[in-house]
Amino acid sequence: MTGSPHIIAQHTSVRSVMLKVLAALIPGTLAHAWYFGPGVWVSLLLCTFFAYTFEALALAMRNQPLKPFLGDGSVLVTAWLLALSLPTLAPWWLYAVGMLFAVLVAKHLYGGLGQNLFNPAMVGYAALIVSFPAYMTQWPAPMDLASHTPDLLEALDLVFAGQGAVSPDAYTAATPLDTLRTQVRAGGDAAAIMLEPVFGHLGARGQEMVALMYLLGGLLLLNYRVIGWHIPTAYLGAVVLTATGLHLLDAGRHADPLFHLMAGGTMLGAFFILTDPVSASATPRGKLIYAGLAGCITVVIRAFGGYPDGVAFSVLLMNMAVPFIDAHTQPKVFGQVGRDRDRP
Amino acid sequence: MRTGNPPAAGARGRRLYDFPGGVHPEGHKAVSTGRPIAAMPLLPRYVVALRQHIGEPARAVVQIGERVLRGQLIGRPEGYVSVGVHAPTSGRVVAVEPRPVPHPSGLMDLCVVIDADGEDRAVDLAPLDWHRMDPSALRNRLREMGLAGLGGAVFPSFIKLNPGAKRQIPILILNGAECEPWITCDDMLMRERASEILLGAHVMRHMLGAEQVLVGIEDNKPEALACMAEAAAGSDVEVVGVPTVYPGGGGKQLTYTLTGRKTPSKGLTTDVGVQVFNVGTAYSLYRAVYLGEPLVSRVVTVTGHVGSPRNLEVRLGSPISDVIRAAGGELPGATGEVIGGPMMGFDLHDTSAPITKAVNCVLVRNAEHFPPKPAPMPCIRCGECARACPAALQPYELYWYARHRDFGKTQSYSLFDCIECGCCSYVCPSHIPLVDYYRFAKSEIWAREREKQAADLARERHEFRIFRLEREKREKAEKLAKKASERMDSGAVATDDPEAARKKALLAAAIEKAKQAKAGIRPKNVDDLPADKQREIAAIEARRQQLASTAEPSDTRSPTPDS
Repeated sequence: MTGSPHIIAQHTSVRSVMLKVLAALIPGTLAHAWYFGPGVWVSLLLCTFFAYTFEALALAMRNQPLKPFLGDGSVLVTAWLLALSLPTLAPWWLYAVGMLFAVLVAKHLYGGLGQNLFNPAMVGYAALIVSFPAYMTQWPAPMDLASHTPDLLEALDLVFAGQGAVSPDAYTAATPLDTLRTQVRAGGDAAAIMLEPVFGHLGARGQEMVALMYLLGGLLLLNYRVIGWHIPTAYLGAVVLTATGLHLLDAGRHADPLFHLMAGGTMLGAFFILTDPVSASATPRGKLIYAGLAGCITVVIRAFGGYPDGVAFSVLLMNMAVPFIDAHTQPKVFGQVGRDRDRP
Repeated sequence: MRTGNPPAAGARGRRLYDFPGGVHPEGHKAVSTGRPIAAMPLLPRYVVALRQHIGEPARAVVQIGERVLRGQLIGRPEGYVSVGVHAPTSGRVVAVEPRPVPHPSGLMDLCVVIDADGEDRAVDLAPLDWHRMDPSALRNRLREMGLAGLGGAVFPSFIKLNPGAKRQIPILILNGAECEPWITCDDMLMRERASEILLGAHVMRHMLGAEQVLVGIEDNKPEALACMAEAAAGSDVEVVGVPTVYPGGGGKQLTYTLTGRKTPSKGLTTDVGVQVFNVGTAYSLYRAVYLGEPLVSRVVTVTGHVGSPRNLEVRLGSPISDVIRAAGGELPGATGEVIGGPMMGFDLHDTSAPITKAVNCVLVRNAEHFPPKPAPMPCIRCGECARACPAALQPYELYWYARHRDFGKTQSYSLFDCIECGCCSYVCPSHIPLVDYYRFAKSEIWAREREKQAADLARERHEFRIFRLEREKREKAEKLAKKASERMDSGAVATDDPEAARKKALLAAAIEKAKQAKAGIRPKNVDDLPADKQREIAAIEARRQQLASTAEPSDTRSPTPDS
């Protein structure tokens, strides 16, 4: 028997939180399928399949009950986030390896739900980009720029049977971030490069609409109080500030802030990845520091680092700093006077 | 949502302040406000607990078989933090023994059992001349009359009514917020007996020397607000509607809402010049002062899964089973009783336990409104608890450290600022019984404190014992030495003590011998020897003398031949 309170709020559970996150991902996923072809459904299904397989395996090995933990929806969120971060139409085992790192290494080796220091989806992504960089840069081109977009059957064929019949050149293209990075390093001028069709209206053809849909989903999460304003605001604010600073310093090498908002994983990161409560800072001031620094690091990696996008690594680096940030940003308790408390 | 402290517009334009956190559980208030307060019919037997207040329990002053009258003192206050306990009706004391009482522990406590005689005769009740009475005498009278806070904490009122020598209490707040769901006893009291409550508040104000009286009532009680405002019309008592948010009726929360004054952590509202009393306490003060009646009854909400949920004026000591019966009895499907509200109340273990001053509500549970709690999931650090916490704590951190028994850390995360209001457990999506973890941590820390104090005491005692033994030894040695030297020096001691004289003679002889030895004369065992031996020795001595006179002066026994 437990003590008071004897009532709990209705309709709140880990499962309902996770399902709301998934629901908020739907607009972005639809936009993804609309602009880049139906391949995303294949990668979503594959990631989901491997997620549940590894989750069940890990739970069985750890002698944990399957029903509550398979039903909490957390592994489904991890699967969807990783699927939306990976190129579609890659071989099936790429998704398997990604989910293996996400679920087995990042989540269950740390103690399962609620215990992971790092964002599982980003650990999966990082493991893949350092192990298989070639596959990780082969993104399908936007449908209106590609000479050929595989339909669902072709997509299944590509994923499971390999890239035999169709040449990847027919349906893939360098992403805007990759294009800019490669061409600027080859001596090109950023403004001129960004006139190419792949950069679209707002910075990235197709991707910009997907990003706007992620923004819409994120605003829904904010509205339903699944996430707070601190992390997205601080992250997007820091991305804009850092990008503006670099752009003002050297417009020939650095893209404008709008491009940084629309390209790559910025919006997904701001509303869905950095906001993962388990691996994020949990104090109000801590969230601002955590997400703000992540925003800076994202743009710095894009501008100077070895990888075209910096979202995953900025998230992982800041995950590492969370225990320290939280310990030193404890808010003042009601009625306590003087400075905010400093933790040992 | 409720963040920061933006002021909201209150009644009469009073600026209100928004305390952190809070939740909005369903009120279920209308369930029990449909019927007016009714007095419980007289019962054949009352069980009056001697511990009905915070502090020391009262001491029984009646014997088994003794006849008592309503309002007669049956338990005298014992110690400072204590108040009197009185007979709820006239009758005969049949037992003074441990009985089940409404307490979370389910333990039994000492009660006076009274069989009513049905006549309900009272002691002589004389109103108090509070205006002219010496404040201290008035407080003592209220202490004896058993007045304690009826909001649930049952702290002795006379202590709270003592402003102290230096302290200024400019603001008196009457707490009619009643933020717990289901409970309506204050609501009904304010609707029906508003002017009496204000008369009580008037006495409180007089005793505290307060300049301002504020009545805080949550805006989900428009009838109570209207009745109190009507009763206060023409006076400077300000009746203020405050936003309905649990736990807005907490003393520190209501103080902040109404005045913007933040009670310091570990402090009292009086530290910021505010004293808070429940409206029910003000009403009981009115009865004590204007009618001369000690605290023998209170209004109790009986609600939930009962036949006719309502508020009853219940004599203290009425068995709860009788009180439930008076409200229509438990309906089929009842799953137990909660004493107090659903957020902070506790499970009743035995319905034969009596109503005490602390019981404001008997809530009968059923499966519909009190479904079994789902199994807890791991904490995902979502921070809902921190947003709901009215003390602005980080409950997930406290949970983490309490779970891992790192009690030092729980204290550095301000565990003792937790008021156990239950908001964190209420909102937790992982359904973790967070408050249970904090109670556990607090009791462990208290237990360790006690152990440490006991160990410190034992260590101090041990150290003192060692010190004492050593001191005694030293003193004894000093005394002996002193005595000995006194005996040596003064002959007077020796003359009147033949034993000492003999010892002294022996000592003197020994000293003399030693002196001779030092002078080189070696005493020998030469007395009583046979003649031949004596001659032999004499011969040897003579040879030795001869040798000594001829030899070089290098004898080790006489390094200086001149001496």
